[in-house]
Amino acid sequence: MLRKIAITAASVLALSGAALAAGGGEQHIEDVAFSFEGPFGKYDEHQLQRGLQVYTEVCAGCHGMKLVPIRSLSDEGGPHLPEDQVRAYATQFTAIDKDTGEEREATPNDFFPKSALENAPDLSLMAKARAGFHGPYGTGINQFLRGIGGPEYIVSILTGYTGHEVEQAGTTFYENSAFPGGLIAMSPPLADGQVEYADGHDNSAHHMAEDVAAFLMWAAEPKMMARKQAGFVAVLFIGLLTVLLYLTNKRLWAPHKGKKKVQA
Amino acid sequence: MAGIPHDHYEPKTGFEQWLHRRLPIVSLAYDTLMIPTPKNLNWWWIWGIVLAFCLVLQIVTGIVLAMHYTPHVDKAFASVEHIMRNVNGGHMLRYIHANGASLFFLAVYIHIFRGLFYGSYKAPREITWIVGILIFLAMMGTAFMGYVLPWGQMSFWGATVITGLFGAIPGIGEPIQTWLLGGPAVENATLNRFFSLHYLLPFVIAALVAVHIWAFHTTGNNNPTGVEVRRGSKAEAEKDTLPFWPYFVIKDLFALGVVLLVFFAIVGFMPNYLGHPDNYIPANPLATPAHIVPEWYFLPFYAILRAFTGDVWLVQLVQFITFGIVDAKFFGVIAMFGSIAVMAIVPWLDTSSVRSGQYRPMFRWWFYLLIIDFVVLMWVGAQPAEGIYTWISLIASAYWFAYFLVILPLLGVIEKPTAQPATIEDDFNAHYGAKAHVAE
Repeated sequence: MLRKIAITAASVLALSGAALAAGGGEQHIEDVAFSFEGPFGKYDEHQLQRGLQVYTEVCAGCHGMKLVPIRSLSDEGGPHLPEDQVRAYATQFTAIDKDTGEEREATPNDFFPKSALENAPDLSLMAKARAGFHGPYGTGINQFLRGIGGPEYIVSILTGYTGHEVEQAGTTFYENSAFPGGLIAMSPPLADGQVEYADGHDNSAHHMAEDVAAFLMWAAEPKMMARKQAGFVAVLFIGLLTVLLYLTNKRLWAPHKGKKKVQA
Repeated sequence: MAGIPHDHYEPKTGFEQWLHRRLPIVSLAYDTLMIPTPKNLNWWWIWGIVLAFCLVLQIVTGIVLAMHYTPHVDKAFASVEHIMRNVNGGHMLRYIHANGASLFFLAVYIHIFRGLFYGSYKAPREITWIVGILIFLAMMGTAFMGYVLPWGQMSFWGATVITGLFGAIPGIGEPIQTWLLGGPAVENATLNRFFSLHYLLPFVIAALVAVHIWAFHTTGNNNPTGVEVRRGSKAEAEKDTLPFWPYFVIKDLFALGVVLLVFFAIVGFMPNYLGHPDNYIPANPLATPAHIVPEWYFLPFYAILRAFTGDVWLVQLVQFITFGIVDAKFFGVIAMFGSIAVMAIVPWLDTSSVRSGQYRPMFRWWFYLLIIDFVVLMWVGAQPAEGIYTWISLIASAYWFAYFLVILPLLGVIEKPTAQPATIEDDFNAHYGAKAHVAE
């Protein structure tokens, strides 16, 4: 009985995404300067491609990304892979055919598979479902200045292992300085040099963590470039309209405020 | 329509006269648009237009979102992601709609506090005020149900907590809760009815807005001095007012432009800032989030709900004299709805004969304290209900009620108001210098 309670408690603590909202005070979150930050920041295509490689070779062993269509890998403002490469990439997964109900090789029109390990959370929205930065004192100023910190949280989790292991009720937990509560069920996934990058980029564990975090940010927010552009254009045109309205308003009211009586 | 004398629409051509005898719709539009408006309105008066814009924005974006959304517990979350990824411009539509709710509430709070400072609720504008409170309540219902639709963790648990409030009503509470939810817990039936009502309520709001405008077009606008427009003759009224079109339409549109500049910067560059990350986790009835926090615009009232815990002597007293029928949970529910109810009856709680806070030297400090109180409540509503926070929320909640139930009635008796200008024209000219006299 006790064992059962302990397992439940431990898995709620370590596995449930909801538990993460607790936000322990001792969490250490590294502030990474990503290329996509700020109003003019852009995804780095090459970084997203490297991140995809890390995701495919490491994360996808346990985690899934079931809300992300494979075809979006060729989208502009994303990894922007050539379509034939995306077709070739899709063949490593299987999908259930909607018409026949049978399993077949995946095509770009299918989604990434769901998590292979039941307790591994889906990563489609992970970069938006976690807040790395909080406070101070519940004011939200940190998030305003530094962003919500989803990708930073991912980098910090991936590089935050202290090396200590704790055995609880037959399950091994790993001490992690970024994880709320400090003990995570996921074993350290990245080691220096683990993934051989096609572009020969530095493949230290920290670099790989940054790359996969950037990739997961794209997976969670694939239209970020389009959104920032739309925002920028909106601000520009509304700004122009506002200036014109200001001048109109000034001229309209001037005679009633006793100014510029002659011109009016 | 209006009590202020002004020129009315005269149908000139044969067609206009033909139409006017059958349906005086042009006359209605003309009188509404040309209504004499106090010319001394300051920038706090622009939020009405922002609110009207928000309602239209939310309805238009909402109708398009509804075309792509699926109200089913297994599909809702994924259908929102479908909107974000596959629908043309869907990510903008959704972010505008979600942040549009925030703009809506920001505007309504400023609009309400403007009314509270300048005494816009006082006779003869009580109906305008009460209809406004009804709009506010309908907005809260709409926003609450809209937040449930993405079916994320906060959607689900927010719905569970808030519908649980009705369960706190003694005796009839649980049947009411079951009736609201369409079952014993938040389920598919709940999501379906919330979607249906989320679509319906905005049109109820639109109707209430028409009544709100009708009411204040009958009484005329209040203004920063609280002094009424002179209505003896058209010439006299024209010294105090200018027609809504073009003077206030252009002024308000300029202000709307400034507001939208900030709004689109937020939508474009930080659309998730005001949201909660947990709502990007699909709803899971088996995993309760560590902190269930409502959207920012509900926080002040959420704080009042949680403020009255079982160890407050007032709560214990009420529990004792009602033989336990009103327990701490029900007391909190009464307090939350009561905090809005006291606002609704403020026209009869404020005993001062002076409308505008500008001429009430004591009132204004209590009012500024109320603003601070509101901000404190908003902040403490997001904090865990423990330690020092329970004290802060209790004190802040107590001030909210004290302001309406004690301070406003007393101030009218003990306060000595300062001199008000005789006319709106005097106030306007005092602002813009003596040259204004020459202009006439």
